[in-house]
Amino acid sequence: MRDTSFAPGRILIYLIVSLIAAAYLVPIIVVVLNSLRTSEEIAQTSMIGWPQRWAWSNYGIAWADFCVAQTCAGIRPYMLNSALVTIPATIISTLLGAVAGYAVSLWRFPGDRWIYGIVTLGLFLPQQMRLLPWTIVLRDVGLINTLSGLVMIHTIQGLSFTTLFCRNYYVAIPQELIRAARVDGAGFYRIFWRIVLPLSPPILIVTVIWQFTHIWNEFLYGVTFTTGQQQPVTAALIALTAAVADIPQYGVQSAAVMIAALPTLLVYVFGGRYFVRGLTAGAVK
Amino acid sequence: MTHAVPAAVQLSRQGTLSALRRLPEYLTIWVPLLLSAGHLVSFALWTIWVSFTPSTLLPVSGWVGLRNYTSVMATRNWTIAFDNLLLFGSGFVLLSLLIGLVLAILLDQRIRGENVLRSIFLYPMAVSFVVTGTVWSWLLNPGLGIQKLVNGLGWTAFRFDWLIDRDMAIWTIVIAAVWQSSGFAMALFLAGLRSVDADLVKAAQIDGAGPIRLYRRVILPTLWPITVTVVVIQLQFAITTFDLVRALTGGGPGIATLLPALVVYDFMFQRGLLARGAAAAVLMLLTLLAVLLPYAAWQYAQRRKAARA
Repeated sequence: MRDTSFAPGRILIYLIVSLIAAAYLVPIIVVVLNSLRTSEEIAQTSMIGWPQRWAWSNYGIAWADFCVAQTCAGIRPYMLNSALVTIPATIISTLLGAVAGYAVSLWRFPGDRWIYGIVTLGLFLPQQMRLLPWTIVLRDVGLINTLSGLVMIHTIQGLSFTTLFCRNYYVAIPQELIRAARVDGAGFYRIFWRIVLPLSPPILIVTVIWQFTHIWNEFLYGVTFTTGQQQPVTAALIALTAAVADIPQYGVQSAAVMIAALPTLLVYVFGGRYFVRGLTAGAVK
Repeated sequence: MTHAVPAAVQLSRQGTLSALRRLPEYLTIWVPLLLSAGHLVSFALWTIWVSFTPSTLLPVSGWVGLRNYTSVMATRNWTIAFDNLLLFGSGFVLLSLLIGLVLAILLDQRIRGENVLRSIFLYPMAVSFVVTGTVWSWLLNPGLGIQKLVNGLGWTAFRFDWLIDRDMAIWTIVIAAVWQSSGFAMALFLAGLRSVDADLVKAAQIDGAGPIRLYRRVILPTLWPITVTVVVIQLQFAITTFDLVRALTGGGPGIATLLPALVVYDFMFQRGLLARGAAAAVLMLLTLLAVLLPYAAWQYAQRRKAARA
């Protein structure tokens, strides 16, 4: 079965694989085509079709003019919100996770196994168990309905993943290396900067990609803790769909969906290898 | 004794000094870890506590025993949500396992363009559930998507209206979820297939095993551990599904596609019944534990077996 001398069977294999691949591509092709069709055209025919007249203006309207919940500034402010939440939360949680992963795997300290064990429980505790407590914390620190509040949540929650990823990578670094450096008088930070960090780029890329896609795509916290102009783009997309239920503008909506999906799709296109590595690393918890 | 005291003081002062010097280090180590661990433990305990109180709009203390649990489980929303979870969970897990396995086996036949195909099967994972749900809500909308297209082509009797059919609507969520994450099952299975012992395969081939026998008897049995992992991860996803339903059906038509996570949200933020929402969240956690604890025990046993061997 694993050799190449199985001609009729092989044609069948290519046929099946191509058919399934085509089915997987249908949604994105449909949305891309729709984002370039006028709403009248879509209403007359169906969601699935080739543009008769290329409506490039859909993207401009979706970006800057479209009305979501009484504000007509397009999807731009919400994209900006998502970026302002995702970028800081990704960077901070990755850096803290790298240090924490280094501390529990190489530096070692009393109680490290315990605390690490509890931190990794964060991979399993459903968001629903944290919704009410976060509401109270956000209210008490005055960050309800702010982007900083979301940054805080995603940073603290992301630590479970970033610490796990980095820790699992760092345990492969020989302990002797660290011991020798300590004998030479190197401290916690120096060992991190000089030994651990230079070895880290592969895992840091995986961690950054994982955090970026997850925070960008997150919806529940965004919709619960922010309203109106403060919402991230996932929550705004739902609001948009609800807002235009009476007079649907599928062309513009498709363009908005494409814009909202673009950052993570680009990350996938340019960092696919690391993206998959993150998926499988997250799977083997 | 009189001599020993100053020495001890000096020692402890040195100890305090070095501890002070190492303070930033302790802070860097402990603050993030304690924030993470502390929020997990305290948030979980707090939500469990609230689920036993009579809280409504605001959390209040008091003890009502299991009353919130019994009343949540008696609501129609919860029973429908839980039935849906069973349907959705089994349908979604079985289908994505099957498709993932078939794709992995096909891609493992040294075919051309494997990288491109793999990327196609995995790209949905990069997209948010909100986007997935929105797009599939268009495709599956009978007045807009696939049905309208086929009707327009002349086959006017064609019906594909699960999205507005109370009995079938839950399967639209299955379709979208399978589209989004069967590639993930494929990726794990493919990694498993690639690590099958080549000698084992060769020996079976020499013994005259045909391709089907080879897969059934030799290759597939080695995929057991990966299958269990995939099932557990997909179940974890199924139990906590929220965004996908919000974007695809909004829980409708009516309440036909409610899932537990939507019921929790409804209790907490739409009806202002915090204690019941918390009880529903704890029920979700228990469902999750019913999957995760056996898995953890199984993994522990596997590890011990491997250590002994």
